[in-house]
Amino acid sequence: MDQNTNKEIKEKIENNDVCLFMKGTPEVPQCGFSLAIANLLKHLEVNFKGIDVLASTEIRQGVKEFSNWPTIPQLYIKGEFVGGCDIVKEMYEDGNLQKKLEEKKISFKKIN
Amino acid sequence: MGLKIEEIKKMIIESIPDAEISIEDLAGDNNHYSATIKSKQFHGKSKIEQHKLVYDSLKGKMGGDLHALALKTIEG
Repeated sequence: MDQNTNKEIKEKIENNDVCLFMKGTPEVPQCGFSLAIANLLKHLEVNFKGIDVLASTEIRQGVKEFSNWPTIPQLYIKGEFVGGCDIVKEMYEDGNLQKKLEEKKISFKKIN
Repeated sequence: MGLKIEEIKKMIIESIPDAEISIEDLAGDNNHYSATIKSKQFHGKSKIEQHKLVYDSLKGKMGGDLHALALKTIEG
C-alpha cells in the first residue's frame, strides 16, 4: 500500500467517530453484508460515515491491509476496529455493540 | 472459482486441529457459505482474534477465491 492511501485511510478513521468501509453508500449499499451493517447503524440512529470502497481500488485493497482483515465491510468506532459483518451483528444481538457505543460516548437510540 | 466445503474444512483443521466445524452452502454456488466453528483455541481471545485465526487458516483465500464465509466462532 502506498503512503498516500495509508494516510487517507487513517484520516477517514480519525475524522469520523463511526466510520464504515463498505461496498456502495449507506443510501445504496451494493452488497448484502454492507447493507446489513448500514441498516443496523441506521436502526440505532447512529450518525456514521460510509466510505464506498468501490469508488477506489487503492482504498478497497488498502483497508484490508490496514486492518489486517480480509473482507469488507469494516467498522471503526473512534479509531478502533470493531469488526466485520458477522462480529458486528453478533455484538448487536448480545448488546455489546450498544455497550461499545456507550463506552465511546457515541449517541444512539436505546431500544428495549 | 470458489471452494468446496471439504476443502474449507480441511484447511481449517490443518490450522485448528480440534475444530468442530459445520458449514452450510448458502447459495449452492461453492462461494457463499456460513460456518460455525468450535475450538478450545478460541479461549481468551477477542472475536476479532478468533475470526482472524480462521481467516489465517484459509491462507488468503478469504476475500479472494472465497467470496463470502459468514462466521460464528464458539469457545470449545
